[in-house]
Amino acid sequence: MPSYEPILTKNMLTPGYTGSLVDYERAGGYQALRKVLGKIAPDDVTAMVIKSGLRGRGGAGFPTGVKWGFLPKDYTGPRYLCCNADESEPGTFKDRQLIERDPHQMLEGMAITCYAIGAETAYIYIRGEFVLGAKILEKALAEARAAGYIGRNILGTGINIEMWLHRGAGAYICGEETALLESLEGKRGLPRVKPPFPATHGLYNKPTVVNNVETLANLPYIVNRGPEWFASIGSPPKSTGTRIFCVSGHVKRPGNYEVPMGITCRELIFEHAGGMRSDKPLKAIIPGGASAAFFTDQHLDVKLDFESVAQAGSMLGSGGVTIMEEGTSMVWAALRLMEFFYHESCGKCTPCREGTSWLVQTMRRIWTRRGRLEDLETLTDLCQNIAGRTVCAFGDAAIAPITSTLKHWRHEYEELIRTAEAAGSAELVMPATRH
Amino acid sequence: MLQEKYKTEIDEILSRYPVRRSAMLPLLTMAQREEGYVSEAAMKEIASILRVTPPQVYETVTFYTMLNLKPIGTFHIQVCKSLMCALVGSDSLLVWLQARLGIKPGETTPDRLFTLSTVECLASCGTGPMMQVNDDYYERLTEEKVDRILADLKRDGTSPLKSGPFILPEPEGAHG
Repeated sequence: MPSYEPILTKNMLTPGYTGSLVDYERAGGYQALRKVLGKIAPDDVTAMVIKSGLRGRGGAGFPTGVKWGFLPKDYTGPRYLCCNADESEPGTFKDRQLIERDPHQMLEGMAITCYAIGAETAYIYIRGEFVLGAKILEKALAEARAAGYIGRNILGTGINIEMWLHRGAGAYICGEETALLESLEGKRGLPRVKPPFPATHGLYNKPTVVNNVETLANLPYIVNRGPEWFASIGSPPKSTGTRIFCVSGHVKRPGNYEVPMGITCRELIFEHAGGMRSDKPLKAIIPGGASAAFFTDQHLDVKLDFESVAQAGSMLGSGGVTIMEEGTSMVWAALRLMEFFYHESCGKCTPCREGTSWLVQTMRRIWTRRGRLEDLETLTDLCQNIAGRTVCAFGDAAIAPITSTLKHWRHEYEELIRTAEAAGSAELVMPATRH
Repeated sequence: MLQEKYKTEIDEILSRYPVRRSAMLPLLTMAQREEGYVSEAAMKEIASILRVTPPQVYETVTFYTMLNLKPIGTFHIQVCKSLMCALVGSDSLLVWLQARLGIKPGETTPDRLFTLSTVECLASCGTGPMMQVNDDYYERLTEEKVDRILADLKRDGTSPLKSGPFILPEPEGAHG
């Protein structure tokens, strides 16, 4: 099995490492913060991050340094950093590990970010279900505060950075950055209409950066080892660094695997995750969380970097890679994901709110052998009317399971419909659904 | 009620934000910790603390799945039913739990001990099937493991089978 140098998971894979401040410092922790605070100009830190090519690890993959650079230079009021720890994309479980096993790594990344963007306050928005993660972060925050890494006059530089943990309360959409801000303001988590973007009108209408846990965790290493080093890892120039891929489904060794971007699906599945769990062959791959279009076994040699996955018709997204074996019904799988999106639609935009409900009902009808051939047109029509017609990316994400399974496995839909027609049960009764 | 009991904690929470309403979720979580659900009285009190109207609190509560508007059992069992868990057996786990508890999702046992719910993805996709019981995750569940957890909960109020700090795959030589 090819082995690569782990960066973000190096500490936690060291025997005996607990994630405490003492352990983190012993492993070289907070050296990057010492290196930048008051010694490197904030703009130069941003330039360094742009040069590294680091892109957001939450799903959208936007260049991190460029995002920071959008903050207005001449604005003298408060600015904010929000760490997006709302990990809730089905198939994704990397941030949970980064939080629970090495919390100081992301805190150091946050402090560096605050310095670069001139923010004196940062909030960590952690999904409410991560109770253990919240406890671990609270403890780490207290340790970092006591050691002078956060708080007032950090390390005697006169710089103030305060950080607070803010727990969510159960809502997938709060991982969308403007919904996160609404939620942090104590409201329903409804995504905002953009523009304006958070860079100018974010939390409390102030310039704000929202970055994912894994994105932030990369920063200490970019500072310590240099942007050139970082940019040499992975698939330069556009997909640099490692990715923590979360492999789930029908594989022998599900788990988080930190590898350079650009390894193939085949290598990730068959080398790192141990291959298929049984003698059944691989049927489908979801390469980037529930919002990403399905791949087939024909896509095994697609490289796992932003461009290659996009070129092949899906997206690298959050790094959640789910494997399904032969025998798994693709209609069933798409329906299960559709139920997720239906449940999680925030309800703000009509195409998404009504469309996901209609899609679920149509999918259920097909799956319970009561479908008709026209239902496939209904599905396609609905998907076309949701895509691109919503305030946030949720609408585009919600249709990916259906459009991609219809593309690759249309015969499975047709087979279920033929069974229904043969049984003469083409009645129009729709199963009642409710939120 | 909350203010009498937790004045210091509430003041500390409010001090973290420049805008009072940001303390909404922390205070709702506090109210639920206190009573097991968010009562009407609690919503009114939170409205007055945050200087918003009670409907503004109510509209927020109804958005978030973790906030309960009705009392629930001592142990809230939440089984993930999203695709990744379903691929590795969450549907049959749910059937087993329903049979063991004698209730369906959304119901509470007559002794008010257990409430059963199905939920969407809890970021435990590599260790499914899984469930969350109150604050704790229980992963890689089997029927035997579920039986032990239920017995532990009844007897001790908790179970040693709950998950610790997460790492997957576990490094060799480490204990899960």
